[in-house]
Formats: sequence, structure tokens, C-alpha cells
Amino acid sequence: MAIIIDETKAVCVQGITGREGRARAKLMRQFGTNVVGGCTPGKGGQDVEGVPVYDTVKEVVDAAGGVDVSVVFVPARLVKSAAIEAIEAGVKLIMLVPDRVPLWDAMAIAEVAAAHGAEFIGPNTLGVISPGRAVLGMIGGRAESAKQWFNEPIAGRTVGVISRSGGMSSSCGYYLSRAGLGVSTICHVGGDSVLGLTFPEVALKFQDDAETDAIVLFGEIGGSMEERLAALMASGQVTKPVIAYIGGKAAKEGTRFSHAGAIIEGNRGTHAGKVEALRQAGATVVESFGDLPAAACAALGVQVPKQEH
Amino acid sequence: MARLHEYQGKALLSQHGLAIPKGLVITAADDAAPSLAAIGGSAVMKVQAWVTGRKALGGVRFVHTAEEATRAAADMLGMRFGLFPVQDVLVEELVDIERELFVSLTIDDAARAPLLLLDCAGGSGIEDRASAVARIPVSVTDGVDADLLRGVFADAGIEPGQHDALVTAIDTIVATAQSVEARSLEVNPLVVLKDGRVLAADCRVTIDDYAVFRHPELGIEIARELDHPPTALERIAYDIEQADHRGTFYFAQLPVEGVEVSSGLVGFHGAGGGGSMMSMDAVTNEGFTLANFCDTSGNPSVAKVYRAARIILAQPSLQGYFGSGSGVASQEQFHSAYGMAKAFNELGMTLPVVIRLGGNAEDRAVEILEDACAGLPATIEGYRKDDTPAFCAKRFTALVEASDGPTSSDLQRSVPAFVGSAAATSIAIDGGHVWIDTEHCDADLTGRMAGWSSGLLEDDGSGCPQLAVALEDAQAADSEFITCEVECLRAGRPVLFVDLPIAGLDGEDA
Repeated sequence: MAIIIDETKAVCVQGITGREGRARAKLMRQFGTNVVGGCTPGKGGQDVEGVPVYDTVKEVVDAAGGVDVSVVFVPARLVKSAAIEAIEAGVKLIMLVPDRVPLWDAMAIAEVAAAHGAEFIGPNTLGVISPGRAVLGMIGGRAESAKQWFNEPIAGRTVGVISRSGGMSSSCGYYLSRAGLGVSTICHVGGDSVLGLTFPEVALKFQDDAETDAIVLFGEIGGSMEERLAALMASGQVTKPVIAYIGGKAAKEGTRFSHAGAIIEGNRGTHAGKVEALRQAGATVVESFGDLPAAACAALGVQVPKQEH
Repeated sequence: MARLHEYQGKALLSQHGLAIPKGLVITAADDAAPSLAAIGGSAVMKVQAWVTGRKALGGVRFVHTAEEATRAAADMLGMRFGLFPVQDVLVEELVDIERELFVSLTIDDAARAPLLLLDCAGGSGIEDRASAVARIPVSVTDGVDADLLRGVFADAGIEPGQHDALVTAIDTIVATAQSVEARSLEVNPLVVLKDGRVLAADCRVTIDDYAVFRHPELGIEIARELDHPPTALERIAYDIEQADHRGTFYFAQLPVEGVEVSSGLVGFHGAGGGGSMMSMDAVTNEGFTLANFCDTSGNPSVAKVYRAARIILAQPSLQGYFGSGSGVASQEQFHSAYGMAKAFNELGMTLPVVIRLGGNAEDRAVEILEDACAGLPATIEGYRKDDTPAFCAKRFTALVEASDGPTSSDLQRSVPAFVGSAAATSIAIDGGHVWIDTEHCDADLTGRMAGWSSGLLEDDGSGCPQLAVALEDAQAADSEFITCEVECLRAGRPVLFVDLPIAGLDGEDA
């Protein structure tokens, strides 16, 4: 098993005729994702890398006999209408890849999604990858790299990864794999302030996933998702071992280092507060990112391999 | 900055129908007395600054005479909060307050929705009464539930006669926040006057950086959260980012004045927010001081990475250049290698450089960087995903220690002699020109240039390159041409140069 994405899920690519959409549709297929169709208004009837193109999501849904996930690659200012189109076409999981989606657009999407019982990932997500199965978005880049970087699940030593940083989600997957661990799914929830799935929701999916033995987090300052996950652990809803690194210890209040969500406002979302909440709830929190693989091995009772440099 | 001053926020509220005290903004002490007279003889003067506890810091004064007003204005305009000098003072009428409320619209990341914080005991000291604050959910489509508000007012003992006016005021605050796409809008306090009128007595607004493009009316120059007024380089960087949407480019200078520099001052070039923060930790752990934060990520174009490197190196007194992102980048890393290699070559780089280029196509990226920079005075090293940030930082320390002390202050951009010469071929592209030294081309080289430029160039029949596509199709191909330029360099045949002068750095457009 895996969470969110596997080879059986029917995937639609919105904005498939654009620069990113075209490139990513091809890479997703090469990795094993079941891309059933794509759409761009006015471009219906074309073909992108063997994927049929339609004008609307609804047409993809009708032609494919259902779409499980729609991945959005359109300019940021058009993301709101694209996402709502997919939700209204009945798609239950939408992935919003673009960066710089306005906050009020993200909140409007959240309101429509909630009303339709749909979930979304992002905005500003690199994607989700289930090694050996399928990928959504652009995580891992080239298929052959992604296959080489991330181990498939290994019985008794498989981690699920959740990250607020795109690059670091790949890093976590790679270094954990090098330490001899298997990976069920890597989920980059996105770097923005308002996101669809966040740590608590994804952790609950890992909790229910028989293949996942432990959960590894790359957290950051700002927002409340680390604290909310800690609350789920404290209340016994997440019982699998959680191993975490929280970035941004040195960041100052009110200055932003790239991620819109990584900003401390007042006394909310501080590094110390997150570390304390997770430790109180029983998580292992490492001080240095380089210590994450060894801590994950220790939590799973697996011997830590020797590392160079 | 995507933050607005009190008077700007109040103007927005007023446009949406919420009353505000009569006020005038002054920028010179001489304007204080006439403003006071216009307001009506007595006034409160307030510095316009992004600081909490303004009153305790001397930023609020009550004045009753022209002399008091002039003195207060002179004092206030000489103040500085953090790195921001005070430039505006609000002179405002005094109002007769019966009740103060704290009203703040913020974003609840857990609910993925706006959230209204409301405290009817309002006013100052709100930070100490967090638990007393009512948290009222707000819908993007339906706004605030008036019945919920009335319930809070009733619980606080506010007489029913005031409820309607307060509901209207809060609706206006929410509508204003939504119309300008604020990530927060605080009115502290919202006041009920003795005569029953409801006024916004203060206002703080922060606009969502990502929505600023939809609000030219706000006049926000730089949609970035910084703890200082934007520097000249930050403005240049911001303009570049606005003009080129291929990937993300973020540049912020860090305070170095008064910071004790031990190992040296470093230009930092990160890739990705999380990886950058981690890499910055690694360099600072080695005792270095970072001059800046910079992030080029999200599959940025070669041209964007080139411009970022130029901007980083335009900072004075740097003793080295350190680049590192997550180390396992999904993007193909040779694009960044080409961009940096061009910048380092143009500047005849003398400072030591360590770039961690781990990720897709890392071997090719490292080879391009090291090979293209092999002839430069500086030692320039590329690293891969299996080289940890800590290892790269240690290597950087060794290179800086071995360096004989050149700094970025001495770097100067130079362009080849054939640029601008009548004998050379020139192709106009977005942001500059491609120059080709056709006199030194031959059929073999031209054939290779066709490949390096992704087919934009072809042999004109005489062994010289010419454009293979329509001029308009070549216009946005700055990155392909830079790739070709760097490959020509690597081949020892520097016959092509992409001249992309950076406005503000290289003078006016060539």
C-alpha cells in the first residue's frame, strides 16, 4: 500500500499543453502514474506525449470513466478557477502545484472543496510520490532518478515522509533510503500559509497505512500544523513513531525566508514551541537535519549504516 | 513592503464606509502647525511605523498648541524603529471615547479560512488577555455571522442599541480585508464614541504578497516581508523577479552593520526555502556571516540564475560565494550551473566558490561549472547530493583560508571586445543582445553551436552561425543562448556573448 497516489489512480493533468504541464505529464507517466487525460481550454483534440487533451476536466472525467486526482499546472492567478472546475466535475483530490497562489484564492478553494467533500494538496507543492508505484506533480524530477533515489517499501522498516519544503522532501526520501529504510509515500504539503492537506491529515493516512512503520517530518517555523499533529499523537490518534526536524531555528520574527508559511507572527509558530509540542507528545526531534536518518533507524530498531562525510 | 501604514489602512476602511477620525499626514515639521489648525486646535500625533507599543516608545503625543505640534513633529520625524526611519506622522482629531474593542481579521491555517478575533474589553494590553478573545469563523463567501457577533456583544454587556452599528463596522472591516486581500487587518481599537458613532481609531494591514499584483491602487512597490526598507539591490532583484516568471527568485540582504564578522562575509545562493535555511545554518556554523539570503528554485531559467549571481556579487566586501539547496533537487541542475558559470566568467571571479549542485543531472552540472570556470583566478568547486552541507561548508572554510584576500568590491564586469563591433552579428532578445564574433567561427564550431543553442542557430552556408528561427521565436531564448555561450567558453572558442545588462547595476540598457 501507499497513501494518496498509486498506479491504480486515474490522473488528469490541467494545463497539460503548457511548459510545465507537458513536461510533468511525460515524467509522471514514465514513473508509472496512470495519466488518463489532460485539459486546456481551447486545446481539446490535441495529444500530449500520448495523453489525450480535452477542453474541460468534465470531458476528461467522462472520457476516462472517472478521475481520482487532478494535478493543476496553470499560472497562479488561474489556479482558483481550475481547482473549482475540477472539484465541480466531481474529482475528490486536487493537487495545486503552482507557487504564488493568492491566499484568498486558496481559502476560496478550501471552502468549495469542503462543500463537495473533496481534498486538495498545495498550493506550492512539489508533489507526492509513492516509490515503485506512481508520482503526482514534479517530485523526484526524472523518472530514472526518482527510482534510484527512493527505496520501495521494506517490511518492518518503512517510513512515510511529510515535508513543508519541496527540496527537503526529496532529500529526506533520499537520505532515509541511503540509510537502508523503505519509503511508502513522500508528501510535500506545500510551503504556503493556507494548504489543503497538512501534517495532521497526512499523518492520519500514514497511521492507517499498513505498510508504513514510522512517520518522518520536515517541519518549519510558522503556522500550527506541527502543533496540531502533536495533539493527535497526544490523544492517541497517531501512534506510529514520529521523527522530526524543524527548520528555521535561526530565523527572526517577521522576516520571511522564501516559504510564505514560514513566518513567525507574534509568539505563534516558533521553533521552540513546535519542538516542545512534538517532544511532549512523544516524537523524536533531531537538532540537525543530518541526524534524521539515524534517528529514524533507531525508532524502528534498525541498525544505522555507516556514512561517509 | 506589503504592509500599510495606519493612515493608509484607515483610508481603505473609510472608502468602504467605516468612519475614521479626521486626520492629516505630514512629512515635515513645518506642516504640523497648519495641520493642527485644520484639525481644530487639539490633536493626537502618531508616528507611522510598523512597531508595537508605539505609545510607550514616545510615538504618540497629544498636542494643543502650534509649538507643541511642531516640536512633536520634529521629534517624531527624527525617530527610527528598527531599521525604518519615521517618514510620516498622522495628526488626528481627538475623539470622546466611551468604549474600545479589539478587532482583528487574521488567517486561520487550521481552518483554511479567515478568522475574526474580537475582544469587547478591547484596546491596549490585548497580548495579555489572549484567552478572553472571541474567535469567530469567517466565510470567504458569506462573511461573518451577525448573530454570533451579537452574542459576543451581549455577553460583554454592550447595550443592544449599539449592536447594529458594531455589526456594520465589523462587516466593513471584513469586507475591506477581503477587497484588498489582506493576510491580516487589525483595528485596535475600534471605538464607540459618547455620541454613539463607531470609528476605527487605529489600523494595521498586511497585504498578501501573492495578491499585490491585483492591487496596483495600493501603490506597494515591493511585495516582500523584510525587516528593513528595501535596499537598492533588493529593488533590482524584485524587478527581475517581476519580469521573469520562470521559477522563483527571492533576494534579501541581511543586516551586517555592527555584526562582528569572524570567518568572513559570504554571498549566499540557496535553492528552495527549506534547503536554503538548512544550508545557511551549515555556513554560519563555520563562523561565516551571511550578507544575504537568496533563493533561485522551482526550475528557474538560466538567465534568472545568472542575474541572481550578479546581484549577490554586487554586494561589497564578500570573501566568498556559497551555494546550496536541498541537495537532492528535482530540477535539472545544469541550468543553474550555466547561469553561475556565466556570471563568474563575466566578473573574472577571484573569490572562492563552493556550490552544492546535488539533484537531477548533478554530474553534468558539476562538470559544466568546474570546467567553464577552470581558467578563472578563483577556485570554484561543485558538489553533489552525497556531499553534506556540513562537508561543503568545511571545504568552503578551507578555500577562504587559502585565499589571499580578494573581495567582491574589486570585481568588475567585462564584456568581450566584439560586443558592439560592426563586424559582429547581433541578435536582439528580451533584455539584451546576443553577439557573435563571426570572424572567428568556422563550420565545425557553427555545427556544434547549433546543438548547444537547441537549434536556434544554424550554418549560413559559409561556416558562420545565423538565426535558424524567426526573430520573435528567439526573443525569449536568453537561456538557450547563455548555454551556448558557456559551451563555447568550455570549447576554448568564446565567439558568442549574451549581453544582458541589469538595469541599476550596469547602467542603462546597452
